[in-house]
Amino acid sequence: MTALILLTSLGVITLLAEIFSFKKLLYPFVLVGLVATFVINLFDWNLSRTIFYGMMQYDHFAVAFTSVILIVAFLWFLMSDSFFKEETSVTDHFSLVLFALAGTVIMVSFSNMTMLFLGIEILSISMYILAGSKKDDLGSNESAFKYLIMGAFATGFLLFGITLIYGSTGSFDLAEINTFVASHKGSVPMIFYAGVLLMLVGLSFKVSAAPFHFWAPDVYQGAPTVITAFMSTIVKTAAFAAFLRLFYTSFISVSEIWVSVVWVMAALTLLVGNVTAVLQTSTKRMLAYSSVAHAGYMLLALVAGNIYSSSSVLFYTLAYSIGSVGTFCILRIVVGAKGNDNTESFNGLAKTNPFLAFVMTVVLLSLAGIPPTAGFFAKYYIFTTAFQAGYTGLVLVAIIASLIGVYYYFRIIIAMYFREGSHHLITLQFNHKLVLILVTIATIALGLFPDFIIGML
Amino acid sequence: MNAIEVIPLNWYLLLSTVLFTIGVLGVLFRRNAIIIFMSVELMLNAINLLLVAFSSYLSDSKGQVFVFFIMAVAAAEVAVGLAILMMVYRNTKSSDINVLNKLKW
Repeated sequence: MTALILLTSLGVITLLAEIFSFKKLLYPFVLVGLVATFVINLFDWNLSRTIFYGMMQYDHFAVAFTSVILIVAFLWFLMSDSFFKEETSVTDHFSLVLFALAGTVIMVSFSNMTMLFLGIEILSISMYILAGSKKDDLGSNESAFKYLIMGAFATGFLLFGITLIYGSTGSFDLAEINTFVASHKGSVPMIFYAGVLLMLVGLSFKVSAAPFHFWAPDVYQGAPTVITAFMSTIVKTAAFAAFLRLFYTSFISVSEIWVSVVWVMAALTLLVGNVTAVLQTSTKRMLAYSSVAHAGYMLLALVAGNIYSSSSVLFYTLAYSIGSVGTFCILRIVVGAKGNDNTESFNGLAKTNPFLAFVMTVVLLSLAGIPPTAGFFAKYYIFTTAFQAGYTGLVLVAIIASLIGVYYYFRIIIAMYFREGSHHLITLQFNHKLVLILVTIATIALGLFPDFIIGML
Repeated sequence: MNAIEVIPLNWYLLLSTVLFTIGVLGVLFRRNAIIIFMSVELMLNAINLLLVAFSSYLSDSKGQVFVFFIMAVAAAEVAVGLAILMMVYRNTKSSDINVLNKLKW
């Protein structure tokens, strides 16, 4: 709970910076604020209390996902300093990002549908503005517009689902809904099932699961690269946490009606995401499709529905988000040097910039799921969770999909090490260097000692 | 019996579903950005109507409170949406969404 209050007040303080003119100090101030929030958040670990009159439940799940989001947010702020320097309205961007983070905290700790709705909207409305923050760039405009229309459309489905569930159970509270459904087995009105499926559609839009993924590549490609990094890491983590929390608290006793739907969606997402990623020439768009594919892996844990699901999703989001921040950081540096984001831009990078090429290799190996990186164990836990629950067919689809994934990740590695290209030595800024070192250490450390995270939930 | 309950609940359900569907079809098939916004609003208002009907039938005020949240958020969303639309219009001089084809679908 303290994390939510701190992030919101941090956002309000950054807005005041414009008036009291301490803009120069804002960047270090926000970084320190995030670290402080992270530390204070950890003190809530064993409190496990219901707050705001039963609107939110700050349990282990919430603290763990909030910590993941804060870690990734810290790395993200480090990599995107120039985004805040280039723009004229710096304070607005800072506060929008911080309010978006407050939204994600609500999304991981809600225990009432009202808070789910508000959390999603606080996050989304900030993201619409950030996606369109390059005002003169038509790509950014288009991205913001599509994101807004698709986001509002998805919210409509989500709300219709909430309404139907309210109509049939008389409550917005997750635990009360579960009690109602469990005690009225067999006599639950039909509109309840319709509501569950509508909420599933709404949330699938938000996590960009196929067949509701079509907006994601456009939005991710058009938005400024740092915002794309934010959307494909923090927003995705929060959306999956909300997905898990909702379906495991409220709808677990009617799992027979949604598990098969999610099964099909997971398989479709894995195949569509990975196969389409192979066909892309733009690296940014390729990463967008790979982000869709990673949503597919996480859906596997949702299908499995046993006690390991949440911890495997936690590990997966952490490994994937850290890897993605590294990839987007390097993509941004390379695009800055070469001017475009085709795979050819990476040709010969290893000869002139061995450090960049090495970090890129580590994070891409992690995204592809090759040991000893974090991504391997992330996939391993997800697959064993699904396997133990008896979904062998789906695991098989996922393994084939991740083999396809290896192909397009390795295309960049091969371009860096074995292709000839003209690259000059790129001098790295201190903070970019710091992000890349932290990302590399985290990726390898999580790969070597995965038990630390997996035993937490 | 209050005024809302003169009509059976199923009729409210039917009306809201029809309004919601009209909104969905509007978003999917209309090409003008403003009309798309209107369709989104129609979807949200269909939901509000249904929430109020349920709330009255269940004699429970939570549903009506939720309607306020939806209204507030919808207002915020439209404010941001129209700002984005203005930004697009300044660059393209059009509110037709077919001009937004720089990124392939």
